Amino acid sequence: MTTVKTSCRHWLLSSMLLPLAGCNPILLNAPGDVAAQQGKLIVDSTFLMLLIIVPVIALTLLFAWRYRASNREAIYKPDWDHSTQLELIIWAAPLVIIIALGAMTWISTHTLDPYRPLDRIAANKPVPEGVKPLVIEVVALDWKWLFLYPEQNIATINEIAAPVDRPIQFKITASTVMNSFYIPALAGQIYAMPGMETQLHAVMNTAGDYEGFSANYSGAGFSGMRFRFHGLSDADFDAWVAKSRADGNTLSRADYLQLEQPSSNEAVKHYASVAPDLYKAILNRCVDTSKMCMNEMMAIDAGGKGPKHAEHGEGNEHAYDTAPPEHHHH
Amino acid sequence: MSEPSDLAKLIFGRLTWEAIPFHEPILLWTFVVVALVGGVVVGAVTKYKLWGYLWREWFTSIDHKKIGIMYIVLGLVMLLRGFTDAIMMRLQQAMAFGDNVGYLPPEHYDQIFTAHGVIMIFFVAMPLVTGFMNYVVPLQIGARDVAFPFLNNFSFWMTTSGAVLVMMSLFMGEFAKTGWLAYPPLSGIAYSPGVGVDYYIWSLQIAGIGTLLSGINLIATIVKMRAPGMTMMKMPIFTWTSLCTNVLIVAAFPVLTAVLALLALDRYTGTNFFTNDLGGNAMMYVNLIWIWGHPEVYILILPVFGIFSEVVSTFSSKRLFGYASMVYATVVITILSYLVWLHHFFTMGSGASVNSFFGITTMIISIPTGAKIFNWLFTMYHGRIRFDVPMLWTVGFMITFVIGGMTGVLLAVPPADFVLHNSLFLIAHFHNVIIGGVVFGLMAGINYWFPKAFGFRLDPVWGKRSFWFWLIGFWVAFTPLYVLGLMGVTRRVSHFQDSSLQIWFQIAAFGAVLIAIGIVCMLIQFYVSIRDRHALRDESGDPWGGRTLEWSTSSPPPAYNFAFTPIVHDNDAWHDMKQRGYERPLQGFKPIHMPKNTAAGIVLAGLSSVCGFALIWHMWLLVGLSFAAVLVAAIVHTFNYKRDFHIPADEVVRTEETRTQQLAAVHV
Repeated sequence: MTTVKTSCRHWLLSSMLLPLAGCNPILLNAPGDVAAQQGKLIVDSTFLMLLIIVPVIALTLLFAWRYRASNREAIYKPDWDHSTQLELIIWAAPLVIIIALGAMTWISTHTLDPYRPLDRIAANKPVPEGVKPLVIEVVALDWKWLFLYPEQNIATINEIAAPVDRPIQFKITASTVMNSFYIPALAGQIYAMPGMETQLHAVMNTAGDYEGFSANYSGAGFSGMRFRFHGLSDADFDAWVAKSRADGNTLSRADYLQLEQPSSNEAVKHYASVAPDLYKAILNRCVDTSKMCMNEMMAIDAGGKGPKHAEHGEGNEHAYDTAPPEHHHH
Repeated sequence: MSEPSDLAKLIFGRLTWEAIPFHEPILLWTFVVVALVGGVVVGAVTKYKLWGYLWREWFTSIDHKKIGIMYIVLGLVMLLRGFTDAIMMRLQQAMAFGDNVGYLPPEHYDQIFTAHGVIMIFFVAMPLVTGFMNYVVPLQIGARDVAFPFLNNFSFWMTTSGAVLVMMSLFMGEFAKTGWLAYPPLSGIAYSPGVGVDYYIWSLQIAGIGTLLSGINLIATIVKMRAPGMTMMKMPIFTWTSLCTNVLIVAAFPVLTAVLALLALDRYTGTNFFTNDLGGNAMMYVNLIWIWGHPEVYILILPVFGIFSEVVSTFSSKRLFGYASMVYATVVITILSYLVWLHHFFTMGSGASVNSFFGITTMIISIPTGAKIFNWLFTMYHGRIRFDVPMLWTVGFMITFVIGGMTGVLLAVPPADFVLHNSLFLIAHFHNVIIGGVVFGLMAGINYWFPKAFGFRLDPVWGKRSFWFWLIGFWVAFTPLYVLGLMGVTRRVSHFQDSSLQIWFQIAAFGAVLIAIGIVCMLIQFYVSIRDRHALRDESGDPWGGRTLEWSTSSPPPAYNFAFTPIVHDNDAWHDMKQRGYERPLQGFKPIHMPKNTAAGIVLAGLSSVCGFALIWHMWLLVGLSFAAVLVAAIVHTFNYKRDFHIPADEVVRTEETRTQQLAAVHV
C-alpha cells in the first residue's frame, strides 16, 4: 500500500520536474538502500512544502489579476493593513509545515547518519545475524581515488566492487586537499580530508555498474576524478578479488609516494597486496618515514610539555625533521 | 632566462614578463577589447573636458546620493564582467563532452568560476545593495546626508579598489583557482603557490574595509539622524531592512577579515592555521568563512525585501499589510542568520544531532520569510495594482523566489543534502534565490528610484522586454541544472564523459543567452531613456504616487535633500502628508550646514590598491612605501579642518523657487 503510494508520488514528482525524456534522475530511484531513503526524503519533503508553495503562487497570480488597477469591480481598501486572524494564519501555516518537516529531519538525520552502522539492508530486511560490513578504505589523491581492502589485502585505483546486500563501511581520508566521496546510486556523499577520517555506511541492493566521483572541487584534475562502483554477486566479487590478486603488484610505501604525485584521468589499476598499515600511515601523514605520524605527535602534545618527554628520553624535539629513517621500517 | 637580480626582485617581486598572458589568445583579445573601450572612454572624457567635472562633482563628492549612484554604476559595470564569466562557463559545459575538451583548459575554467562567484557577490550584489542603501536611506529618514560623509566616500573607493585588483588579475598573473570561498588546503601556499589566491585575499580585504565602514556609517545614520517623529516603528520598511543588513555587516565582516588574515599569514609567513601538518585544521576555515558567509546572503536579500515592500505598497496604492510583523520577521531573520552556518557543510562529518540542529534552525528562517511573502500578498489583496516595471519584477520575484526558498529548505534536510550537496541542484537553488530575489529586487529598485535620481523615468517598453527576457531566461537556464542535480551531476566540472547529459547543458546555455538579451535590453533601456529624457521627464518628484519621504523632494533632490527637516506622524510619512494637505514652506530659508568634498578617500583607496598589488606580487619595497604613504595620507587628512561649509540662504531660496515653479507647472 505504502509502496504504491510512494511510487505514485514519486512518479508525479518526476514527471513534474523532468518533462523531457532521456534522463535518469538517479537520486529519485537509487538502487542502494541508503540513497533510496534519501531520495524518498527529497520527494516527501518537497510534497510537504508544496502544500504551502502552490497556494502562494496561485494566490499571487490571482491577486495580481483580480486587483489590477483597470478592474474597477474589485474592492479597493487603501488603508486596510492589519488583520489579527490573518496574521496568525500567515505565521502559523509555515510553522506547522516546519514542525512536520523538522520532525522528519530529526529522525531521518539520525537514522541516515553516515557514521551509524546499518541495521537493515533494505526495507523490512534487517542485516542478517553475524554479517560484518565489508571495510573499504578510501583515499582521495590528486586526482584519482585509491581504495584499500584490508580484509582482502588488495588495493585498486578508480574502481571499487562490493557484494550486493552486504553492508559496506567506508573509511575515508585524503592526501592533500579536500574532496568529497560520492556514489549517487549508493548513498550520500561525505568529505574526504587530509589527516582526518570520515566514515560512510551503505549497501548496494542491485547488481550493476555505477558511477562515483569527487563532489568537491579539488584542483586542475578534478573533472577526471571519476571511478566505477561495481555491485556484484558474492561469487562475482570473489572472482573480482581473485583477479586483483592475480594481475597486480604490491602497493609499497614507495609506490604510494609515487602514486600520490598529481596526475589526471588515471586508468583503473589493481594491486595484489598492500604494505602493512599503509592506510594508517596515509591518515597520519607519515607514509614518508622521515615524518612523524600525526597520532604520535598528538599523543605527545596531549601528554604535556615537550621538553619533559625529552627528559624521559623520548627525543621528540627532533621528531619531524631528523627522525632516523629506520624508525618506521619494517 | 637568467635569474632576476636581488635589486629587481626587491622592486618587482615575482612579477616578470611571463605573468602577462601573451600566450592566452582569449585573454589577449579580452585585453585588446578592454583597452579599446577604455581608450574610447578616456578619450571622450578628455575631449569633452570632463575630468575636472568628474573629479569635483563625483570622485571627491561626499554627497550620499552621488556615492550611491557611483556604487550602482560600479555594480552594473562589474555585472557585465561577472556575466561574461557565466556565459563562458555555460559555453564550456555545453560543448565539453567525450572527445571534445571544450575551449577552456581546466586552469582557465577554474579561474572563471572562482571569479564569477567573487565578482557577483562582492562586486555586483554588494555595491548595488550598498548603493541603494546609500541613496535611499537618508532621503527616507529625512536626513541631509549620512552620519560620516567622508567615510562614505572612502568606503566607496575601497570597494572600487578591490574591484580594480580583481580586474587586474585578468591581465597580470592569474586569479584564484579555488572556488569563490577559497577553501584550504587547496588555497594554501602548498597547493596554490601562484598569485591567484593573493589577488583574492587582498581584493576582498580592501573591499571589506569599505563594506564594514559603510555598515557602521549607515547604522549611525539610521539610529541617530531620523527626522523628528520617526520612531523606530514608523521607519519605512526599506530603512528597517537596511538597518538589519548593516547590523549583519558590522557583525559578520570582521569574521571574514580575520579568517582571510589567518589564510594570508599561512601563505606569507608560514603559520599553520589551516595547513595539513603541524596542527593546522582546514575545517576551522570552513566554519569561520561560513559564519560570515551565511549572514552575507541575508545582507544581500534583506535590503531587496525592503525594496519589494516599498514597491508592492506603492504600486498597489495601499498601505503595506502587517508592518509590525514585517519588522519582526526582519529582525528574526537577522538573528537566526547567525545560527545556521553549518548547513553549508553537513557533509563534513558532524554528528547527527549537530546536523539536525542546524537543519532545523535553517528551516525556522523560512517561517518569517514565509510571513513576508504573505504580507506582500495581502498588500496586493484589495489593492489597485499598477503593473509598471518595478511591480512586474516584484510579481516575478514572488513566484520565482518561493521555488528557490522551497529547494533551499529541502537542502536543509541533512540526509537530502548528502545527495544534493555541491550538485547542480545546489547551484540552481542559490541562483534561484539570488537572481530571483536579489537581482530581481535590484532591477525593481533601479526602475523605481531612477526617476528620483535623474528626474526622468526609464523607458517602460525596454524595461518590460528586459524583465521578460530575464524571467524566462532564468527558468530556461536553471531548470536544467535542477534536473542535472537530481541526476547526480556535480558542480565545477569542466569536462564530462556522459554525452546523454549534453542536451541539458545546451538548454541551460540557451537560457543564459536569453538572460544576456535581458541585460542588453536594460542597456538599451538606459540609452533610450537618456535619449528621450524630455518626454520621460518627471517634474513632480513623485511619479509613482510614492508613500515615503524621498518622494517629497524634487527629482533629483537638491544637495541638501530637505530645506526644512520634515516632521513625521505616520510610517507612510509622505502619503500621510499628502492626505493631510501638506503645504510646502516657501519662505524662512536659512543657510544649510553641509560637509565639504575631499580627495582623501580616493587618495587613500588608491594607495591601498598599490599596497595590495605590491603584497600580491611580493614587491616588498613598494609594500613598505605604499603602506607608509597610506598612514601619512590618513594623518594629513586629520589636519584638514576645512571640512564643512554653508549653502547660503539665497542659494537655498533660488533652488526652492525653481522647485515651486516646477510644481506649479505640474499642477496646471
